[in-house]
Amino acid sequence: MFYRENGQFKTSYEADQALFPIMQDRVFIVVLLLVAFVGIPLLADEYLFRAILIPFLILSLAAVGLNILVGYCGQISLGTGGFMMVGAYAAYNLAVRVPDLNMLVVFILAGLITTVVGMIFGIPSLRIKGLYLAVATLAAQFFLDWLFSRVKWFTNDSSSGSVSAPVLQVFGFRWDSPVEKYLFVLSVVVLFSLIARNLVRSHIGRSWMATRDMDVAAEIIGIRPVYAKLSAFAVSSFIVGIAGALWGFVHLGSWEPLAFDVNRSFSLLFMVIIGGLGSILGSFLGAAFIVILPLLLNQVPHWLGLPMSTATAAHFEAMIFGALIIFFLIVEPHGLARLWAIAKEKLRLWPFPH
Amino acid sequence: MMTAAVASASSSTHRQNIGEVILAMENISLAFGGVQALSDISFDVREHEIRAIIGPNGAGKSSMLNVINGVYHPQQGTIFFKGEKRHQMDPHKVASQGVARTFQNIALFKGMSVLDNLMAGRNLMMKTGILQQALYWGATQREELAHRAKVEEIITFLEIESIRKTPVGQLPYGLQKRVELGRALAAEPSMLLLDEPMAGMNVEEKQDMCRFVLDVNAEFGTTIVLIEHDMGVVMDISDRVVVLDYGKKIGDGAPNDVRNNQAVIDAYLGVQH
Repeated sequence: MFYRENGQFKTSYEADQALFPIMQDRVFIVVLLLVAFVGIPLLADEYLFRAILIPFLILSLAAVGLNILVGYCGQISLGTGGFMMVGAYAAYNLAVRVPDLNMLVVFILAGLITTVVGMIFGIPSLRIKGLYLAVATLAAQFFLDWLFSRVKWFTNDSSSGSVSAPVLQVFGFRWDSPVEKYLFVLSVVVLFSLIARNLVRSHIGRSWMATRDMDVAAEIIGIRPVYAKLSAFAVSSFIVGIAGALWGFVHLGSWEPLAFDVNRSFSLLFMVIIGGLGSILGSFLGAAFIVILPLLLNQVPHWLGLPMSTATAAHFEAMIFGALIIFFLIVEPHGLARLWAIAKEKLRLWPFPH
Repeated sequence: MMTAAVASASSSTHRQNIGEVILAMENISLAFGGVQALSDISFDVREHEIRAIIGPNGAGKSSMLNVINGVYHPQQGTIFFKGEKRHQMDPHKVASQGVARTFQNIALFKGMSVLDNLMAGRNLMMKTGILQQALYWGATQREELAHRAKVEEIITFLEIESIRKTPVGQLPYGLQKRVELGRALAAEPSMLLLDEPMAGMNVEEKQDMCRFVLDVNAEFGTTIVLIEHDMGVVMDISDRVVVLDYGKKIGDGAPNDVRNNQAVIDAYLGVQH
């Protein structure tokens, strides 16, 4: 009843191509941003920031990056964990070796270095696609795993390969407490989500989607496959690299290559698939599903007052979580974002369906 | 019925006169391993004309179109396009020279809306850089809006206003064919290659499609190379016809000449041995 676009006539193509053409969506996003930037910092406690909100936001950002590659350009990648690792170690090396560098510059340079690495490992995509490409990117993951645990230069000669990031300091201000870290991450995530959304609605985004849907036809209407695929790898790796740097510097503080192993790649791919391929919103929904849901499930017996040992609760958590993944994939194979879109479509007519 | 519809459509607009040779194929031979798909075929296409390529299944018609727009590279022969000899060329290069096409099996971008499919048809003309697109401000927004206005003209022309926001995968077959024509037109091509644009359509849909093809030719002066199996359509709308059989050219000329050509009749009806 409330979600209607009746009477919202658009009189220019500009209005029709706006980011959120429907007024209710604009209101919703403003409220959401107000809650995220003002409400949550006032209300949430330290555990919520450290254990849920910060990891959720950073993994959402990585999922947005991966979604550009897999969801929009149709190039399956299992190297995301490796690319996050490149971002984290690039940022670490820059911060340690060039101490005067502004941290924002460090993050952007780390993103650019990941871009180059991502494009190099994206070259096989020009020849192979689908599952074969997935295997080729898996090789990237294993190579990067090996590189950062064996080549001591990258870890500043630490024996175990583990490193500690310096304190996050931007413009002379230390982002030290959980709230400050949260606000820093939130700003970066909002900024890059906006950039990703802008890219996918411009002509580069259309060239990605055209390559995904029908690569032969895309080439015949004048889209160069080399440019479309490598630019998708570049943009995706840039965002993933920055997410990796944030994961290391803001969430973990100190880490070793194991933090970015192949499990990270898989869980990011699952986020993108469950959330919705080819949807920025889906990346957030998928990250929420994978990051937050297990934590909530873990708390359920406690809330219900059931006397249950931690181990039993953990087993139940895994079982229910797995069942939910299967449930959602059967109900809507196109992901949570499609469910959201269908719900909005239904709301437009509700409660008078004709 | 078909003839009447076509006649009324073509009489309502003034065609541009058929001009010089725009595309000349000379001694084209194409083989896949041991299979000779095209052998020693020569023909030309004149500016503003509707040129049909016909022939039984497996005659090499689609291979011919694929040679024209660079998907296949012939082993022998030369191609002159707009007076220039064309060397081996990738499809996107050919597209940038003003050749657009549709496919026998619809090759639309199924996950994208009609509008996005048509916009993608104009990708070649969009020039703003990746950083400008990331901001979607100024130059990128102006570019998007200018191209959107052009695409809307094509949407109006093809009468598909009501489905512009619909994902292409959800549309019925006839409309998908029309959207595919729209995507080709969006590139403002000087030459349009249509691979069986009316295959699998009923009579009304064929009439609509004929009208659009004739209108495109008349209003935009687009040269059209057309593959079609419906002989009624071919004889009615094309200016000249090339007939292929087993990769060889067996007939070339005005529809009436081809219709009476003994080799063509033999190819279609068979010969008594």
